[in-house]
Amino acid sequence: MEEKKLICINCPLGCALTVAMRGNEIEAVKGNTCRRGEIYARKELTNPTRIVTSTVRVLKGCDHMVSVKTKEDVPKEKVLDCVKVLKEVTVEAPVRIGDVIVDDAAGTGVSIIATKDVRRA
Amino acid sequence: MENYDIVIIGGGPAGLAAAVSAREQGIDRVLILERDRELGGILNQCIHNGFGLHTFKEELTGPEYAGRFIAQVEEHNIEYKLNTMVMDISRDKVVTAMNREEGLFEIQAKAVILAMGCRERARGALNIPGYRPAGIFSAGTAQRLVNMEGYMPGREVVILGSGDIGLIMARRMTLEGARVKVVAELMPYSGGLKRNIVQCLDDYGIPLKLSHTVVDIKGKERLEGITLAEVDGKGKPIPGTEEFYSCDTLLLSVGLIPENELSGGMGVELNPVTSGPRVNESLETNIEGVFACGNVLHVHDLVDFVSEEAKAAGKNAAAYVLNRYPQHADGAKCVPLKVEAGVRYTVPEKICPERMEDQLKVRFRVGNVYKNCCISVYFDDKRIIHKKKAVVAPGEMEEVVLTKEQLLEVPALQTIIVKLEEA
Repeated sequence: MEEKKLICINCPLGCALTVAMRGNEIEAVKGNTCRRGEIYARKELTNPTRIVTSTVRVLKGCDHMVSVKTKEDVPKEKVLDCVKVLKEVTVEAPVRIGDVIVDDAAGTGVSIIATKDVRRA
Repeated sequence: MENYDIVIIGGGPAGLAAAVSAREQGIDRVLILERDRELGGILNQCIHNGFGLHTFKEELTGPEYAGRFIAQVEEHNIEYKLNTMVMDISRDKVVTAMNREEGLFEIQAKAVILAMGCRERARGALNIPGYRPAGIFSAGTAQRLVNMEGYMPGREVVILGSGDIGLIMARRMTLEGARVKVVAELMPYSGGLKRNIVQCLDDYGIPLKLSHTVVDIKGKERLEGITLAEVDGKGKPIPGTEEFYSCDTLLLSVGLIPENELSGGMGVELNPVTSGPRVNESLETNIEGVFACGNVLHVHDLVDFVSEEAKAAGKNAAAYVLNRYPQHADGAKCVPLKVEAGVRYTVPEKICPERMEDQLKVRFRVGNVYKNCCISVYFDDKRIIHKKKAVVAPGEMEEVVLTKEQLLEVPALQTIIVKLEEA
């Protein structure tokens, strides 16, 4: 049996959660004051995911950079890999919100899309 | 001189939502004046997600959220001028502005909506001793440099203040390859959202030191390091707790101040607690036909609430232009809102029951972290609302909803009091 500690992010209360784990199985969640705390703990300890947001350099655009995001959330341990992929990428203006910038970010199967319009200079 | 029905000062989230709302009420001559080279305001540099859950029921990034409203402005063919700086607004609503194409020009407005937003508190407001080397930025400036200009301010970073922009920048700088050594917060609690503390600091192992502040800055030309010290209950550094951190960059995320030079100049009364205009239930200032919304009125946590407030301001300004807005001369009477025990301010500060919508959200902030308390509203001596809260904190804006029916039931009502009570 292993105990993991985390802070619930659902509200300003920020309950200190203690989770009893046996291997990858969650035995019990303690310290939460509502149901959302337990749901959060289960997701965060079995399959934590994040949306990654960053920027990519733009050529011949009105702006130097265009903001981008992963279209869906990706596993937390892939966040840094996704950002690393973007370091090598440049795009040429015009760029529209929703344009695919990278097809498959770091083997996650999730695409990276533009989140801002950049007109051609 | 050109004439417009409604002139909106600022093309950020508040100005955009106010403009769309005024147009939807049937106002043709609406003009937005924006000093930047594009619409959208500060949302354009907030590339992280989490915007729009209330408004669009999905999580958007800042530029996407702005993009939705800019698209509505374009669809409605609402006029706007970019790169245009408003210099002055007179009491009778003559707006003096300038830009490169037209030079200095004046516009006569029937109604004005103040939507200038806020700016960051700077180092000068903090009295940090030490030299003034390069490498000290406000968190928002660093955000603009990284996300829009594509420059990194530095490689080894300390952040003072745990406001949301500071937390977001801790993550952003880390992702861009910097080493964020510590986030220090003067108060015993963070001013940022829990979600940001977990996902921006804990995810990357960045320590948050509560009740700590910067007591010395080292470096003459370029920042070389800072000294942190723990503070006592009164915010005074405790001798012997000093700790040196070498760094080339110090980011300050120590609060936002509504930008009200124009408002003050035209004679709009300001509330010293919010630094924003004093407004009534219609978000109208003490000057008839001059409305305010968004962060120029009071600093919000969520842009969704800015949009909601701005929509109301746009609608009310439209009613004013269309002569559908009852004036005090017509017998409309206002009831003042007072704050007590734990509540710092309310927006609005007075309510005209005849003029208010069926439901009115009164927004406010508390002065400290309180657990297991009740938010109470009194009509004179009678308690009308008693809402239990597990926790309230200065970093999270609170609200109570008052109904027109409640107010009309008490014709002799003198004062509405909002306060915290023990549960």
